[in-house]
Amino acid sequence: MLSLRFAIPTANTLTPPKTKPKPGLVVQTAWNQTDLFPSLPKRYDYKLQAATTDLSVEGDIPAEEVVELPAELRRELMPKHVAVIMDGNGRWARQRGLATSAGHEAGVKALRELIELCCQWGIQVLTVFAFSYENWIRPRVEVDFLMSLFERALKSEVESFSRGGIRISVIGDSTKLPTSLQKLINEVEETTKHNSRLQLIVAVSYSGKYDVVQACRSIAEKAKDGQIQLDDINESLIEQELETNCTEHPYPDLLIRTSGELRVSNFLLWQLAYTELFFAQELWPDFRKDEFVDALSSYQQRQRRYGGRH
Amino acid sequence: MERIRERVIQIYGNLVSLLQKCIFCILSVGPIPNHIAFIMDGNRRFTKKCKLMEGAGHKIGFSALMSMLKYCYEFGVRYVTVYAFSIENFKRSPEEVQSLMDLMLEKIEEILKEQSIVNRYGVRVIFSGNLKLLSEPVRLAAERAMLATAKNSMAVLSICVAYTSTNEIMHAVQESCEEKWDEITLLNSSGAGYGLISLGGYEQDEMDHLIKLTDIEKHMYMAAAPDPDIIIRTSGETRLSNFLLWQSANCYLYLPSVLWPEIGFRQFLWAILNFQQIHFYLDKQRKQS
Repeated sequence: MLSLRFAIPTANTLTPPKTKPKPGLVVQTAWNQTDLFPSLPKRYDYKLQAATTDLSVEGDIPAEEVVELPAELRRELMPKHVAVIMDGNGRWARQRGLATSAGHEAGVKALRELIELCCQWGIQVLTVFAFSYENWIRPRVEVDFLMSLFERALKSEVESFSRGGIRISVIGDSTKLPTSLQKLINEVEETTKHNSRLQLIVAVSYSGKYDVVQACRSIAEKAKDGQIQLDDINESLIEQELETNCTEHPYPDLLIRTSGELRVSNFLLWQLAYTELFFAQELWPDFRKDEFVDALSSYQQRQRRYGGRH
Repeated sequence: MERIRERVIQIYGNLVSLLQKCIFCILSVGPIPNHIAFIMDGNRRFTKKCKLMEGAGHKIGFSALMSMLKYCYEFGVRYVTVYAFSIENFKRSPEEVQSLMDLMLEKIEEILKEQSIVNRYGVRVIFSGNLKLLSEPVRLAAERAMLATAKNSMAVLSICVAYTSTNEIMHAVQESCEEKWDEITLLNSSGAGYGLISLGGYEQDEMDHLIKLTDIEKHMYMAAAPDPDIIIRTSGETRLSNFLLWQSANCYLYLPSVLWPEIGFRQFLWAILNFQQIHFYLDKQRKQS
């Protein structure tokens, strides 16, 4: 049975290991309020402060600064829409002898960094697979922790997202979420809906198949009301009814899945028709700027033909 | 001298075959995938790489397909699906499309022959896709092949022509809506519906119950086959290209970098070994979804 065991607090700091950590490495976490999300210095070498119960942000997303891309990347070939399956938090925690909750908290930090990078490098939409419809069967304790983590993260980030020009949309079956979280999601979506620098789509309680089924139902509803004829049903009609209709670019150009698993796991099935897939070996909390640069440079070297001949 | 050489080649062939059979015996101790799907990518690059004539890559690719089918059926894989021609491929040059259609016609006639792989392994052939988009002779040949092999029941070969997954889903959605529409109309005309349509229709909950996941799934072109266990795409491209998007939700993706005409026993073995490694985990996922 999973127990939420929080380690004894000391004032220790973590340096993210580039290579796999040695077995038996036990890491203490700090529980006093610390500078959680320092803004990235020029040199890629920073201290990772561990999770606290208060996820307040002291480092902000820099607004509208022109950032130089790493040497391997070209601005004109940047993908417009990147999707990420954030897999491996549990394994990351187990490798370090921590509770799964610590893995999820570390995952949130990695996500925060990814959001900053996307803002700086001109990616317009970032979709993340936070919680699948199939994840509801996980142990109750873990599910409750994840729901409270989402709430805390949303509450603490909404200010900095507003300042940074980030628009948040949430897709998935929200009826299964706790009511407080549902209300918070509506508020955050409303507050940030006019932002335009980056659109962050968070898939919570989401299933690709369910997305298509609900699109089908709303089409059937429209047909019943006489708004459309059954003969009018075509691919773009379905595309308009999918939950990703909240964005102008519903089709990801690049899908990144971490932790080395080679499958799609019921995420964005329709939308992945011509998406370039990138499978990273690292676990999600270890997926940082270097790994993201690898994924992007692999994407930029690909030849996309969409079935035709180039 | 010539005869001795032939004999040596024959003995070598038999040895290799025996070795493959032994390996299959050992592998079948573990789980055997029920359904393998192939995206046969890289034929044109192979043609360029080996400096062959136009279209030679596709012909060699076809014999690579025959060997892969042989491995699958010998090993005990019941369902094999291949991505032969996408709806998007119609965008290619008319000469290339025509030569592919001619190749398909030629090969369909071949597989209907007595000694072909289809009859040897009792394979039922299904053509999945929007067959109305094909030219008349190809469509008729496909329908003939489906009819001729309809009684076979040992294995199934699904050939996806004029197929894209989004088209398949859209078609299934259309059919589901039509079916439900007909049901409602029937209910109304028989009086059992109490004129629900004219009164403004069902409540939202009841509408939800009308169209379910299973309704959409049963109208898919690929409804005759279960979800694939492994999808193999050659030539190192890591994308699904609108193939089996719906069915690949929990499927293992094997993406070797060889070009399709170069694929062989080694890649097949590797795919099976990797599949067996993660099979138990995936099976659990599938039962829970």
